[in-house]
Amino acid sequence: MALDFSTATVKAWRRENGRVGVRNHVLILPVDDISNAACEAVANNVKGTLAIPHAYGRLQFGEDLELHFRTIIGTGANPNVAAVVVIGIEPEWTKVIVDGIAKTGKPVTGFSIEQKGDFETIRQASWTAKDYVHWATELHKEDCPISDLWVSTKCGESDTTTGLSSCPTVGNMYDKLLPQGIYGCFGETSEITGAEHICETRAANPEAAEKFKTIWKSYQDDVIEQFKTSDLSDSQPTKGNILGGLTTIEEKALGNLEKIGRTSTYIDAIGPAETPDKGPGLYFMDSSSAAAECVTLMAAGGYVIHTFPTGQGNVVGNPIVPVIKISGNPRTLRTMSEHIDVDVTGVLTREMTIDQAGDALIEMIVRTANGRLTAAEALGHREFSMTKLYRSA
Amino acid sequence: MAVVPTREDKVSIPQLLVHDRDDNVGVVVVENLTAGTEMLCVVTADNSDFRLTAKADIPIGHKVALKPLKAGDTVIKYGEDIGKMVGDAAVGGHVHTQNCKTKRW
Repeated sequence: MALDFSTATVKAWRRENGRVGVRNHVLILPVDDISNAACEAVANNVKGTLAIPHAYGRLQFGEDLELHFRTIIGTGANPNVAAVVVIGIEPEWTKVIVDGIAKTGKPVTGFSIEQKGDFETIRQASWTAKDYVHWATELHKEDCPISDLWVSTKCGESDTTTGLSSCPTVGNMYDKLLPQGIYGCFGETSEITGAEHICETRAANPEAAEKFKTIWKSYQDDVIEQFKTSDLSDSQPTKGNILGGLTTIEEKALGNLEKIGRTSTYIDAIGPAETPDKGPGLYFMDSSSAAAECVTLMAAGGYVIHTFPTGQGNVVGNPIVPVIKISGNPRTLRTMSEHIDVDVTGVLTREMTIDQAGDALIEMIVRTANGRLTAAEALGHREFSMTKLYRSA
Repeated sequence: MAVVPTREDKVSIPQLLVHDRDDNVGVVVVENLTAGTEMLCVVTADNSDFRLTAKADIPIGHKVALKPLKAGDTVIKYGEDIGKMVGDAAVGGHVHTQNCKTKRW
């Protein structure tokens, strides 16, 4: 008999804006690449904080700069984050980030380096960071319905076993939890290629279908047609995909789309790192198919738990969002089980149904929300990768 | 010492899974499959099964032709077009990058 999830609750932090977070990070967030060193120094001074160094933030403009701001602000605004110290080289763009995060109501303070230098900035920011750590560590968890969770998905180092086992496991989870009122998210624009006709039919309304089509076609026209090479230079599918038996992008895309289950439909198609605003349900996010970039964008969109099917064994994690790995490949479980949270190899041996695998994943989502560290968290995987749309000025 | 399952213990565990009845390829789901193995094949859509002999040593995750495939043929998996054959494969033969290619890029 199927489990009843309607009354399931998790112990988590309810933030100032009502959203529920499953982690309680105090972030030291650089606006730009040259502020990484100061952020890392503050995180070294004050235990219980986390710096997120990254590669960009200078001389960007237009849509590319908007995406940069949206990603940084979204990361700070994510409910898994209790409070944020922002450091940038100059005060103006630092204020843009601080003001964006402040809309959530959480504590956030910005510091800029020019006319102070790293030493003085680090000294001032460390005092604030320490205050935030004391405050955040006294926040209490409360019982929250499972419907308050925002759960995203993206698969990586896929092979033919992901389409048979771990991706439909995620799909089964969505078929069960979306009706409970969670927010879901899938994406990977390039990796829908070959299944775009099916993806189109999975829209809940004509507007969502049209938006998906526009996003997918613009990627084909603006990126693929301009730069394409045979098999995209072994990037779609990747060398790892090919070793695992995937031959073509169409085959990979059909496996990928198993992640949205049998009955789930998406209510909107949104831009990278955008926050969904049409209420509970499944969203398609225009996003890179590269693991760290995609998880970073979905985390910036406000998702608090990520479900990640893998075949050959992608090891990705994220600094603020727990990434739950699911695999059905027995060789991967034999050779690198330290990276896998949910073992669904039984699906391939026909000893486990997709329904049972979906329940096992939901149980792991609840345990993760309650505080269990994922494999990626325990192993220190904190990949934070910004998506860049074009060359800087 | 670990107990190694005997052949009899694994008799009902399939070596090949097929998504859809219309598919002309299936996926090897066990390690160390050798040429000549008479595989138990299961169609996941309806749990029907059949037997097929592997023509080559085929790694886990790789595809096997369920019908004779010729260059130019469309390869069907999930009941959908996943690309075209650019070489031939006999029934039970290995289908991968050496004889199959995307129609997209």
